[in-house]
Amino acid sequence: MVPLWMFLLVAAALFCIGTFAVLSRRNAIAILMGVELMLNAVNINLVAFWRYGTPETMMGQAFTAFVMVVAAAEAAVGLAIIIAVYRSRKSVVVEEVDLMRG
Amino acid sequence: MGEFDLLSSLPAIAPEIGLTILIFVAVLLDSFLHESQRKGIAYVAALGMAALAIVPIIPGWAPEPGPTGDYLFWGGMIRHDALAQIFRIMVLASGALTCLMAVDAKRVGNKGEFYTIVLVATLGASLLSASADLIMVFVALETLSIALYCLAAFKRNDSKSTESGMKYFLFGAFSSAIMLYGFSLLYGFTGQTNLYALAQFMGTEAFANNAVPVLAAMVMVIVGFGFKISAVPFHFWTPDVYEGAPTPVTAFLSVASKAASFAVMMRFFIAVFPNDLVIGDYVIQNFWVQFMAAAAVISMTLGNVIALSQKNIKRLLAYSSIAQAGYVLMGVAALQATTPLGAERAVASVGFYLFMYTFSNLLAFAVIILFSEATGSETIADLAGLNRRSPWLALTLTIALLSLAGVPPAAGFFGKFYLFTAAVEADLVWLAMIGVLNAIVGLYYYLVVIKVMYVDRSEDEDKPIPTSQTYRWVLGVATLAVIILGTVGAQVIFEWAVQGAGTLFALLPGVF
Repeated sequence: MVPLWMFLLVAAALFCIGTFAVLSRRNAIAILMGVELMLNAVNINLVAFWRYGTPETMMGQAFTAFVMVVAAAEAAVGLAIIIAVYRSRKSVVVEEVDLMRG
Repeated sequence: MGEFDLLSSLPAIAPEIGLTILIFVAVLLDSFLHESQRKGIAYVAALGMAALAIVPIIPGWAPEPGPTGDYLFWGGMIRHDALAQIFRIMVLASGALTCLMAVDAKRVGNKGEFYTIVLVATLGASLLSASADLIMVFVALETLSIALYCLAAFKRNDSKSTESGMKYFLFGAFSSAIMLYGFSLLYGFTGQTNLYALAQFMGTEAFANNAVPVLAAMVMVIVGFGFKISAVPFHFWTPDVYEGAPTPVTAFLSVASKAASFAVMMRFFIAVFPNDLVIGDYVIQNFWVQFMAAAAVISMTLGNVIALSQKNIKRLLAYSSIAQAGYVLMGVAALQATTPLGAERAVASVGFYLFMYTFSNLLAFAVIILFSEATGSETIADLAGLNRRSPWLALTLTIALLSLAGVPPAAGFFGKFYLFTAAVEADLVWLAMIGVLNAIVGLYYYLVVIKVMYVDRSEDEDKPIPTSQTYRWVLGVATLAVIILGTVGAQVIFEWAVQGAGTLFALLPGVF
C-alpha cells in the first residue's frame, strides 16, 4: 500500500503551489485559483489522515464534504464580487484596484 | 456524548434557531412587500435579534451541563456555556443595532437582502462563539465571512465598495485556507475533531519527542484568527475594507466579527493547548502566550501610531480598531496566569472589554453614518462645528470616543482597567506598561476629533443634521449602555463574565 507520507507530501506540495500562486499572481481570478489549490491540499490531507488514522469514524470524510461545500460557496461569492469590480474598473489586476491608500 | 436528547439539546442552539426563522421571515417579507415598505424588515430583524439577545439573560435559563456532565451538545459541536452566552448577546445586540442604523442609509436601507445577509452573518457569529469542534469552527467562520464579503461589496455600483469587498474576500479566503490546513494537521495528529478531545491525544506518548508539527499547525491557526480580529501582521485589509464598505457594514464587522473571533480563539487555545500540555520538555502554552503578547504590542503600537496621521474618520476608526485588538490580545496573553482565578479574570476582562467595545464602536459609527448621509463627507476636518450644528450628536460621538480612549465615566475606562489588571496578575507587567503608554497615544487622536467638533468653526453651522426617530433610539440605547457599563454596571457585568469564564474551564480535564 502507498504509505501515508506520500499523500501528505503531495498535499504539502499542492499547498505550497497554491500559496505561491496567491502571493505572486496579480490577477484576482488567478489568486482565487491559488486559494482553491490550497483547499484541495487540505482535502487530500483530511482524506489521507482519515483512511490511515481513524477509518472507523466518519469525521474526516464529513470534514472534507464541508470543505468542498464551503469552497463552492466561497468561489461563487468571490467570482460575483470580482465581476462587480470588473464592471466598474474594466480590470481585475489587484494593483490597479487601489482607490484607497494610506 | 451519550444518548441523544432533542429537548435538552435545543436550548443550546436556541438563538440560531430563532435567527434561521428570522432569515426566512426576512426573505418572505422582501418578496411580498413593496419597495417603499421594505424598510420595515429592518424593524422586524432588529426586534427579533433584540428578543433573542434577551433570552439568555432570563433567570433559570442559564446553561446547564448536558447528559454526560460536560457542556457539549449536538455531538460535541456546540459548547453551551455562560461565556458563549455573553458573546452571543454581544453579537445579537450588534446585529440588531446595525439593522436599525442601516434604515436611512442610501442604497442600503431599502434593500431587503441587506437585512437577510446581516441575519446570516449574525447566525455565523453566534454559532462561532459557541462552537467546540474543528468542523463547526470552520463552517461557522465561513458562514460569517462569506456573508461579510457580500455585505462589504453591497453597493455593487460603487467602485470603493466593490474594491473593499474584493480585498476582504481575497485576504479572507487566503487566511482561512491557511487556517484550514492547520486544522487538517491537528485532525491528522489526533484523529479527533472535537476541541476538548484534541488536547488529551496530544498529551500522549506519540507526541513526546517532537513539538514542531504541533507548533506549525498552531501558527497556521493563529493566521486565520489573526486575520479575523485584524491583529498586526494580518491587518492589511482593515483600513481599506473599513473605508470602502457601507458604513453600517463597517460598524457590524468591527464589532460582531471581532467579538465572535475572540470568543472562539480563547476557547480554542484554552481547550487545545492547555497549560499542562508539555511536548518534549516544551510547555506549549508559553509559545502561544509569547506570540499573543508580541502581537498585542505591535498591534497596539502600529494601530495607534498610524491612526495619528489619518484624515478620514472611518480609516481612523480602522486603525483604532487594530489598536483595540492589541489591547484585547493582552487579555488573551494573560491566560498564562498560574491560578484558576487569574485565568478566569483574564477571560472575563476580554469579555467585558469586547462588551463595552461593541457599544462604544457602534455608537461612534452611528454618528458617522448620520453625518455622512447628511453631508456626504467622511473627513475629520468636515466634522468642524458639529457641536453648533447638532449638540446632541457631538456629545454622543464624544462619549463614544472617550470610551474608546478609556476615560471615565465612559465604559472604556473599566475595560482597560480590567485588562491591565489581568495582565499584571499574570506577571506581564511590561505588557501592561506598554498598554498604558499606548492608551495615552490613543487618547491624543480621539481628543483631536473632539477638538475639531467643539472648537473649530465651519460655514454650515446653521444647518443641523437631520436625525430620525429610529436613530434617536439607537443613539440613546447605545449611549445608555456605554454609560451604565462605565458606572454602576461595570462590576455586575464583570462578575457575570468571571462566572462565565468559570464554566469555560469547568470540567476541562487536567487544567488546574
